[in-house]
Parts: sequence; C-alpha cells; structure tokens
Amino acid sequence: VENVRLLDRLSSRKSALGTLYLTATHVIFVENDSETHKETWILHSQISSIEKQATTATGCPLLIRCKNFQVIQLVIPQERDCHDVYISLIRLARPVKYEELYCFSFNPKLDKEEREQGWKLVDLNKEYNRMGIPNNYWQISDVNRDYGVCDSYPTEVYVPKSATAHIIVGSSKFRSRRRFPALSYYCKDNNASICRSSQPLSGFSARCLEDEQMLQAIRKANPGSDFIYVVDTRPKLNAMANRAAGKGYENEDNYSNIKFQFIGIENIHVMRNSLQKMLEVCELKSPSMSDFLWGLENSGWLKHIKAIMDAGIFIAKAVAEEGVSVLVHCSDGWDRTAQVCSVASLLLDPHYRTMKGFMVLIEKDWVSFGHKFNHRYGNLDGDPKEISPVIDQFIECVWQLMEQFPCAFEFNERFLIHIQHHIYSCQFGNFLCNSQKERRELRVQERTYSLWAHLWKNRADYLNPLYRAEQSQTQGTLHPQMASCNFLYKFWSGMYNRFEKGLHPRQSVTDYLMAVKEESQQLEEELEVLGERLANLQKSQLNDSKVKSKQQDRSKQLGLSTSNNSLANTPQEYSNDLKSFPSRSPSQGDEEDSALILTQDNLKSSDPDLSANSDQESGVEDLSCRSPSGGGCLPSEDSGKDSDEAVFLAV
Amino acid sequence: MEFAELIKTPRADNVVLHRPFYLAVEGTLCLTGHHLIFSSRRQDNAEELWLLHSNIDSIEKRFVGSLGTIVIKCKDLRIIQLDIPGMEECLNIASSIEALSTLDSVTLMYPFFYRPMFEIVEDGWRSFLPDQEFELLTSVTDEWRLSCINKEFSICPSYPPVVIVPKSIDDEALRKVALFRHGSRFPVLSYYHKKNGMVMMRSSQPLTGTNGRRCKEDEKLINATLRPGKRGYIIDTRSLNVAQQARAKGGGFEQEAHYPQWRRIHKCIERFNILQESLIKLVEACNDQSHNMDRWLSKLEASNWLTHIKEILTAACLAAQCIDREGASVLVHGTEGTDSTLQVTSLAQIILDPRCRTIRGFESLVVREWLQAGHPFQQRCAQSAYSNSKQKWEAPVFLLFLDCVWQILRQFPCSFEFNEQFLIMLFEHAYASQFGTFLGNNENERSKLKLPQKTMSLWSWVNRSEELSKFQNPLFEANSLVIWPSVAPQSLQLWEGVFLRWNRPSKFLDEAQEEMINIIKYNKELQAKVNALRRQLAEMETDDRMQENL
Repeated sequence: VENVRLLDRLSSRKSALGTLYLTATHVIFVENDSETHKETWILHSQISSIEKQATTATGCPLLIRCKNFQVIQLVIPQERDCHDVYISLIRLARPVKYEELYCFSFNPKLDKEEREQGWKLVDLNKEYNRMGIPNNYWQISDVNRDYGVCDSYPTEVYVPKSATAHIIVGSSKFRSRRRFPALSYYCKDNNASICRSSQPLSGFSARCLEDEQMLQAIRKANPGSDFIYVVDTRPKLNAMANRAAGKGYENEDNYSNIKFQFIGIENIHVMRNSLQKMLEVCELKSPSMSDFLWGLENSGWLKHIKAIMDAGIFIAKAVAEEGVSVLVHCSDGWDRTAQVCSVASLLLDPHYRTMKGFMVLIEKDWVSFGHKFNHRYGNLDGDPKEISPVIDQFIECVWQLMEQFPCAFEFNERFLIHIQHHIYSCQFGNFLCNSQKERRELRVQERTYSLWAHLWKNRADYLNPLYRAEQSQTQGTLHPQMASCNFLYKFWSGMYNRFEKGLHPRQSVTDYLMAVKEESQQLEEELEVLGERLANLQKSQLNDSKVKSKQQDRSKQLGLSTSNNSLANTPQEYSNDLKSFPSRSPSQGDEEDSALILTQDNLKSSDPDLSANSDQESGVEDLSCRSPSGGGCLPSEDSGKDSDEAVFLAV
Repeated sequence: MEFAELIKTPRADNVVLHRPFYLAVEGTLCLTGHHLIFSSRRQDNAEELWLLHSNIDSIEKRFVGSLGTIVIKCKDLRIIQLDIPGMEECLNIASSIEALSTLDSVTLMYPFFYRPMFEIVEDGWRSFLPDQEFELLTSVTDEWRLSCINKEFSICPSYPPVVIVPKSIDDEALRKVALFRHGSRFPVLSYYHKKNGMVMMRSSQPLTGTNGRRCKEDEKLINATLRPGKRGYIIDTRSLNVAQQARAKGGGFEQEAHYPQWRRIHKCIERFNILQESLIKLVEACNDQSHNMDRWLSKLEASNWLTHIKEILTAACLAAQCIDREGASVLVHGTEGTDSTLQVTSLAQIILDPRCRTIRGFESLVVREWLQAGHPFQQRCAQSAYSNSKQKWEAPVFLLFLDCVWQILRQFPCSFEFNEQFLIMLFEHAYASQFGTFLGNNENERSKLKLPQKTMSLWSWVNRSEELSKFQNPLFEANSLVIWPSVAPQSLQLWEGVFLRWNRPSKFLDEAQEEMINIIKYNKELQAKVNALRRQLAEMETDDRMQENL
C-alpha cells in the first residue's frame, strides 16, 4: 500500500510518508525519503492488537499495538486498503498452528552443527552439578521419564534421596496438575534448598500421607534445620477460596515441622489488567505529571513488582541467613512460583547474575518447569484470559535490582529488553509451547534455533561495563535491605516506552563506558606492539645494524574521538503556542542536526531497537556504532530480514 | 553579643548519636558558637560529626525518665537523633541549639568568623566580574553597552551596579523604563546566542495597571533587541489569569497594541509558599517509610514537586526553542523577576550554551543569573523542609533550579563537566555555609555587609584542584550542540541524591561511581603511555633514518 503515513506519537507535527508492505512474517514500512529509506519492521507475532479508527479527511488511521510495547500509528489514504490491511493483519497476528510461527522460517544461516551447539549452550544437568547435586541428600529421579507422572514437568527432576517413587507418585496425586515438590535451587554452603510445587488438594480436611512424607524428606535433606517454610505466594483469601474447590493450602497440624506463610501476589488476571492500565498511562499524549503518577499508582504495577520482590527476598533470607529450606507454591505452581523462585535464586547466587547464568535461570525455573509461554504470551491464537505478563514482571524485578546494585550484574538493560522482545517474537524456539513435552513432540530443537546462542554470540552488546566479578556486590547473596522501601521501585521507561527514544536519556553511560573499555583493550594491544617494536629498534640500534624502518604505520584509528558522541536531537513540543506563530515553518533550522541523524540511521547494528522507528536519535545510537562489534557485521536481525526479503519476493 | 551567653552547657558526655543505616555511637557532644560537634573516641570507630548551627532547620526534644532525646532536622534534609543523659543538660543543649540556629543578625553568621585553612589561589569574589562577561560579548557583537546607571544601587536596589543594555538606549531612557517596571527591574541582557545573534532579556512585570499605562522608552528598549522585520517572544512565567489579576495591584503585562512585534506566551510557574509547601510534602513523603507502594506514589504526586520541575523545564525549553529554532529574541519576566524568571533564563542557557555546562561556566551562571541578578537567597533559603515558621518569602526556588539541572544532567550524562555532587554542594551552601557567597539578598546588601572583605567566597574554595576533582564528571566530553531535554513525565525523576540521600544506603551506588572513574582513569593512563611510546618510536626511527642517510 503506497502513500501511507507513519505518525509520530510524541509530536503530531512529524510524520513520515512511505509504503506499507505485508509479508508472511512482518509488516514493513519503508519511508519514501530518497536518502534514507528508513524501514520499520514489525513481526506479526509481536502484534497484540490492531485498532481501526474513524476515518478522517486525511485517510483511515490504523493503530497497531505490539507486545514489546511499540505502538505504531498508520494513516492509510483509502478506506478499502485500510480495511484489507486490517483484515489481513488480524489473521496474520493470530496464527493457529505452531508451524506458522516465525521461528520455523527464520534461518540465521547456521549449519546443523552450529544449531545443535547453540541448543547445548544451556545445560540444566550441568547446572544442578554446579549446585553440587546429586549428593548425599538429593538425587535425580526418572519417575517422570515419559511425562507419566506430570506432563508439565521436565523428564529429569531432582528430589530428596529419601523420597521414593512411591512417595513422589503419591504426593503428585495430591497436588494440582500433579506438580509434586521438586528441587529448584540448592545452596551447597548450608544444605538449604528451594523446592517448588503446585497447591495441595487439601480442600477442607483431606490429607495425603505421601505428600506429608515428601515434605518430611525435603526437611531431612537439610540436616541443619528442624523445619521448613511452606510459602504460598497467593493472597490468603484466594487460597481459602480454593479450598471450596477441593484445593487449598497445607494445614500446619497435618505436616510436622512446617512453618506456613502467605505472601500475597495477585493472580494473572489482576496482573494483566494492571499492565493494561499502566500501558494506557504510557500511551497518554503529553500527560501532566499528576496524570502520569496518578495513573501509575492506579495501575498498581509497581505494587505488584514489589510483592514479587518481597517474596523473593523472604525466601533468599530464609535460605541464606536462617539456613532453612523453603517449599514454594501458588495455585498451579507455574507462574508466581516461577517468579518467586527465580528472584530468590538471583539474590542468592552470583552465578545467575552472569549472562550465562541468567540464561540457565530462565531455562531452569521457567522453560523446564512448564511455564505456559504459549498461553501467557499469546503466541498462538488462544484464550485472551490466559495472557499475562508473568515473565515480564520477573524481568522487571531484575532491572529494579540492577538499579539498586549497579555493579552486580554481568549483563545490561539491553540484554533484558532483548530477552523480553524474543519471548514474544517467536523468532527462536526456546519459548515455544507450554511445556517440555510439547516442545519435544514438536521437535523444536531440530527445527528452530536457540535464542541463547544468538545472545551469546552478540554478548559484547549486552555487557555491563561496571560489572566486577570480585566486587562486594557480586559476592554471595544480594541484600536489598531497603527492599521494603517503595521509593526504590521506579517506572521502567526503557521497557514500557522503549520505542520512544525521545523520552530516554540521550546519552548512554553504559555504551559510553563499554566503548571506553573497548578502546582501552585496543590500547593495551597497541602498547604491546609498540613495546615490541621499541625493543626491536633498540636492539637493532645497539647492534648498530641497519634496519629498514618500516614505512607502513599502523593505522591510527585508535584515538577514537568521542566527538561522534555529539547529539542530534530535536526539541519536543514545549508549547502549543509556537505552532500558530506564522512566520516560520517549524522544521526550518533543523538541517544541520538532521544531517547527523541521517548518518546515524545508515549504520546498522545488531540491536533490534534500531530497526524500529525513531527520529530522535542521539548519543545512544551513535555510541553503539562506536563499538566495533556493533558495526553491522553481525548476522542477527539483519540476516533475519534477508531471509524475509526472499519470502517477500516469493509472495 | 557573646555566643558563650547562649551556651549554657558547652559539653555533654555519654551522648548517643543515632543516624539511619549507622550503628548508634556513644561520644561527647560539644557546642561552640557556630557548630555542634559530636566526637566518639572509641578505638575501633573514632569519628567526628560537625554540624553548622545554621544548617539546623528544626529541633525537637522528648524525655523518657531522665534520658533526654533531641531530634535535629537539618536544612540539607538529614535527621539525626541525640540521646543526652540528664534532663537539665538536655534542656540546656536544646535551647542553646535553638538560639544559635536562629540568630537574627547576618553579621553573627559563621562566614564572618570563618578563617580558611587552605591557601587561597584565586579570590572567588573577583572570579566572575561583569566586565569580563561584557568583554566576551564585545568580541562577537557591538550592539550592547555596559551601563553604570545603577552604580550606587540608586535606580534598582536589587540589580548589580553595572548591567548590559542595548547600545542605542541611553541612561536617561533607562531611568524612565525603571519607573515602568516592578521594583525598577528594567529589561537587561541575560544571554546572547552566538549562533544566530538572538538574545534573551529579563526584567520584572511592566506597571501597566488597570488603565493600561504605557512607556515609550520601554517599548523602544525591548524593540532595540529585534532585528529589522523580526518578531520576538515575551515569556511571562505567570498564567494569563495571574498576570491579569496583577493589573489590579499596578502590575500587568505587555499589551499587544503597544508591543506589536512581540508575541506573548504565558507559562505557569508557581512561587513562594506553594513551592515551600511542595518541598515540605515531598520530604515528608521521602521520610515516611511505613506506607505502602500506592501511598508513596500518591504522596509523591500530591507534593507536586515534579510538576513544578516539569513546568520550569518546559518554560526554559520553550525560551531556548524560540531563540535557537525560531530565531527570535526573547524577554522573560514574571512579577518581580527575581525567581521564576531566573529559573527560566538560567536553564535556557544551560540548554543553549555549552559553556554553562562546564564547572566554571556554571559558577559564572550562578553568579550572573542568581547572585548578581538579585535572587533573594537570604529570604528564600532561611529555612528548608522542616521549618514550622512558614514565612511567605521562603521558597526552594534555587533548589528547584538545581533539580532541573540534575534532570538535564541525567538525560545528558556525558555533556556536563560537573557531577551530581557539585549540584548537591551548591544546594548545601545556599542554605548553610562557612562562605559568604550566598549571604544577603542582592549585591546591594552584600556590598553593605562588606562580604568580599569580611568573608571568604565559596568559589575560592571550590576552584582549587583538590576540591574540583570531587566535582568532575568522569564521563564529560565537550558537546557543543544545543541539548534538548525531554520534559515528559516518564523522563523526569525524583532527585534521589538530595531527597533520599539520608534514607538509602549509598554503598553500591558509590561503588559504581568509583568503578566508572577507574575505567576512565585507566583509559587515560593507557592513552598517555601509548602516546609516549609512539613519540619515542618516532624519534628513534628518525634517528635511525638520519644515521642511514649519513
């Protein structure tokens, strides 16, 4: 469709004219501007809603909201075209078969071996070995080898040694969806562990001997402590309501030596509505400070984030400080339980704060334990009531921690944002389906690629320059003592207003420092080369032998001037009054700055952000081109597009 | 008056000091004329706390049996608690502190007694003289002149002795204009934008009154700043409504009919007690840790602090936009032209002028646009967030300005030569200081108090390399462009460095800061080494070649 206008949300003055293409996998908008031909690519799987708005004199507006929080507003001149695009997108954005998803057509031009290597990057057995398991207390159980006991659990489950198959099976029958207590994290320093399960089917009075034995076994696996905590992450009222349906929570009288604790985290429906409300606030056009803060409060989002953090902190404290094991569950034990276990692990173990460790953590607590990615993130068309930003909240918790502990994480904010992006993108197979069982049946590992390998290959982009493995923050447990303070929880504009570059700091400290570090590394190398040359020269002079001086000088590109750090940005609309001032057109005087913008846009990098629309580029982007690794040589997104272009031509 | 009269108990032992995030320490409390000193001589934990009495905003006392407790709330927002054994001692100490922290006379303040322990390299009182500023201006334009019309502060008591005005306007005309402007604050040059020759002027409101009085000289004066055929903007920092109401009290705004070449824009920046209330509410919210998440956000919202930040920044951005993008000259004023006007003109300069983003340039900006421009520091900064006095003229105008600068700094972390600490330091010294810089309400009062002769300038202390190093931003890369900050609510944040400074552990943030400095330092060292080696190599190679040629 030609002559489509792409509107800028921040400024009604700016809009770009271009052509809209629909392909099998992407919506592509190419600007007419002959110099840049700036492209905006949107994966169909990222589209969360499409809204056709009332036709105006200029055309028919189409609003596309994406799951990665991008909002695109298009104006299509012909009502008919608009309707066609709308109908097509509605169908394209809601695939009904896994095979329709992008990961099955995505080809990053890797051979089979590389693909297999990619899938091996994260190995959970190795991870449990790292924790020190199997050992005297814990062992791997094959009770679920054919998913016979629990179809949403992995085949390999770690359980206390004293828990026999009989106990496990018995316990599983007393738990929702047969999700029996299994090990999530083990602290080898004091034998305390974090286990996870679903709620017991206790109703008002039911008991299960095997389940009680199972909890006993967990306690016995930690000889240093004479009780375990059972943490129910639901609000008490919800848990009590469940009793009427024959579910519920553990009765302290029936289980010996447990301390039962409610930590009220709301359910997926509350969270979905909360996010919805917060996004409405983010979408407000020029909101006042009060509108924004009031809306943020009203959404309750930060309150929910804090509740998850509080639960994680409680568990981490029990394990690290009290040396007490914890069993965590919610209802089904695949949403809140996953959030809380992974937050606690992250606080407890510095390994999970490294890049690889974080991949392992998501693989362990989310992917392997059957977090329902397909349902929660709406990869296939399904029940909208199943959709909820569960892992988004976990990712935000990590960001909140990064803000409080700037040196504790090996990775940076971009790493988190890209993970969130790919959870919805379906470009990689990692997060397909609802369980390990489904993924195996679909032969995901043979037919798709792993995100972790992709991120690992581009790890230079995701490093936190301030990370110091040996620094105090990275040693052992993080103690967010101040976690009880509300003011530490902040709105994450880098995520929820991700595509509105104008709102973000215009210069990125992270990128700047990374560039400096990279330069330092090059300087070190040069220092070595120069030192050698000097030594050679001195030797040759001492020997009084005539050495031809080498004419070719090493290219002196190293004195990287940071003047390319210069900013090009345009003022926002600070006043509506200015528009009516007749003498000048608003874009005049922009030339010198916009020249800078153009040069930056031509530079591609592996950052998917860059393929998105934004006209308020600034230091953030030019810095990424300062780093050699961002120089467009990476096959990541770009190659993804290449293969797409082929698809497009075929269409 | 002798301070000794006020100090009934100069010393108390076995006092316990409580601060958030520190273990309580026992030690000795001493009171001197200007300081409260707490020292603990414990082997493992020797430390001293010196607190200026003038930093104390309020003091509360309570008793449990014979153990007295005083809670001291400071203007820098810190709160400390002292447990003092003995009811009488405690009462004496509390009343002494109360008296000493509320001295009436300026000349009893610490700056008049302070003797510097450092060598004075440069007298800060002479660091930023108007003549120097004017010299810089004459190198780019000759359309302006330095007028000494206010030499004896006879025309305008709140203006400095010399001001910059259009060359074509003589002193006689200025005298008439002064009569037409509130407090005689006639339009003067605030900033000259070298890039396109546009200017920003500031003044107070015109005294049009209800019958629409006009002043031809005033019109001529501000028109003199316009290029032929061009128009300009008048940014009135008050809402139209407020400006209209001001007419009843003799004030008002420029009528279109009399100023046809100017377009007026009204912005709404609050003043006085509204700002003070806002500060009090904000600090209250920051100190109250009992409430839940929702209450925190609504209290933050209810304080309106960030709303004020947004309004001020928006007005400043607008002024900058008119000058840089619209190529128009600008006149800024509110009512008196001593508060919101200065916020707007100084912030606009930070946006437009890279010089103002250097340490020295920023100091010069504070001197020009705040001290010399007659912002009444003594009135505005007499009390801070904990005071109960609620005087009408107390207002955190300067703190709001610093907060706005911090917001821009946060958005452009590599474009400023100074760091957050520098801004916090200025905040502290504006409220309580050993230096005379922020004493008095204007140059007139400062000269009467003979501050340059009798006190030390803050700049004499800051501009020594030992101090400067603390305030330098390791990420600074000179950026000659105009920087346009975002004023969207998502982009504005609470200034934690000031408002949560005493309520959160800073260890991890400090470590990050340290790491940042180390990364940059290491890079610079390497660069120096590589350069030295290159030079050495080049020399040797030329030697080599010469020998070869021989």
